[in-house]
Amino acid sequence: MTMFLQSAFYVAAVIAIISTAMAITRTVAVHALLYLVVSLLAIGVVFYAMGAPLLAALEVIIYAGAIVVLFLFVVMMLNLGGEARQSERQWLSGKSWVGPIILSAILLAEVIYLIVRAQPAGGIGAMVGPREVGLALYGPYLIGVELASMLLLGAVVGASHLGRSAPGRTGAGT
Amino acid sequence: MTSPYPFASIFGILIVALSLSAALIWVERRLLALWQDRYGPNRAGPFGLLQVLADMIKIFAKEDWIPPFADKAVFVIAPAIIMVTVLLSFAVLPIAPGIIVADLNIGLLFFLGMSSLGVYSIVLAGWSSGNKYSLLGGLRAAAQMMSYEVFMGMSLMGVVLLAGSFNLTTIVEAQSKLWFVIPQFLGFILFLIAGVAEARRLPFDLPEAEAELVAGFHSEYSGMKFGMFFVGEYLGITLISAMIAVLFFGGWMGPWLPPIVWFFIKVFAFLCFFILLRASLPRLRFDQLMSLGWKVMFPLALANLVVTGAIVTVFK
Repeated sequence: MTMFLQSAFYVAAVIAIISTAMAITRTVAVHALLYLVVSLLAIGVVFYAMGAPLLAALEVIIYAGAIVVLFLFVVMMLNLGGEARQSERQWLSGKSWVGPIILSAILLAEVIYLIVRAQPAGGIGAMVGPREVGLALYGPYLIGVELASMLLLGAVVGASHLGRSAPGRTGAGT
Repeated sequence: MTSPYPFASIFGILIVALSLSAALIWVERRLLALWQDRYGPNRAGPFGLLQVLADMIKIFAKEDWIPPFADKAVFVIAPAIIMVTVLLSFAVLPIAPGIIVADLNIGLLFFLGMSSLGVYSIVLAGWSSGNKYSLLGGLRAAAQMMSYEVFMGMSLMGVVLLAGSFNLTTIVEAQSKLWFVIPQFLGFILFLIAGVAEARRLPFDLPEAEAELVAGFHSEYSGMKFGMFFVGEYLGITLISAMIAVLFFGGWMGPWLPPIVWFFIKVFAFLCFFILLRASLPRLRFDQLMSLGWKVMFPLALANLVVTGAIVTVFK
């Protein structure tokens, strides 16, 4: 079983890396978002293989199923055509690659160094179910949860302020 | 814990789910005709039973056309997504003791995840068709399904609190004394409405409102690609009916008859209810749909969750 989970982990990790690279380099926004969904699903499988089924489910429901749908919604509303594809192609070519590549190469070197140096952690096997996640969130991490909820409340209030119709201007869409 | 006969379960459930949803097309047309005082399909075979077969032959013989202005890859993938996500959801459905493909600990969340991925099928079909009516249908589908998914998940959390698990088999077994429809009546109503909206059925079939959007997201589809959306819709209804039976009406539980018979009786009753809804209700306007979702259903689901949580905390 562990062998199976391990191979599932490596396959999903490779898929995640490839699809993320594809998401960055696509010129059609919707295609990029599709690759992003594949990448998020692969991350879900990685979580599951690491023994975090709740996290895997939430990754699929919230990120792949809700947040990227919103991205897609906006992209469809803008209905980008051939012009956007052209400018996208311009941004992706030539010198604009140099800066990000240098910076991420440094990060990559750091990550590889840490992986090589670090002691192997407990790794795959220990299952963390919904109960444990809930107890941790509402126990030691309670303040973090409350702060996040306040931040989200602020976002909701802001969105409803921006979205309200001006007084006297009523009509469809209110 | 998985089924003792995994492959038998997988193929059994696949074949039953697919043939049930194909037969549902005939059932729906006959029932609609009955309720609307007409005959419905009654020529092909006894009681028109072979109508589905005739439709299938016709749909296979049609030209499978991809419009030149469409985004080809996405256009082809879109109808496959709905079939895959709905059929995968059937994997976690406990039909009778031992008849289940994957008895996941997070079965309920798996179902919610798959139903939220199903949105992509409609949205991408609408976008990739390269047609303004399809695009509008896709946009509506995205907004509608996003809004109704939120309280769909929340309406189920009351059931999870009572059963103490996300595992669907445990949820069914927790109902041996009392079906959850009684303590979670509000949750049941909310889930029912969200389920109708998720399956994009009347009165929530805005993405394909034929009076204003031609046929919405599947205007450009023909042949078996259209057939996938068609069967996918009926599979979706079957899935929602089965989930209602499992979560609120005790799944396979019932006296005298064998468990699997009870399960199918319950599912069939909800299927008929879905069809009755279509026969009797007019379509909502889109702004009504959105404000119903966010201003009525969402607060109700939240209140239901808070009250259930308080009661469970006090009494356990």
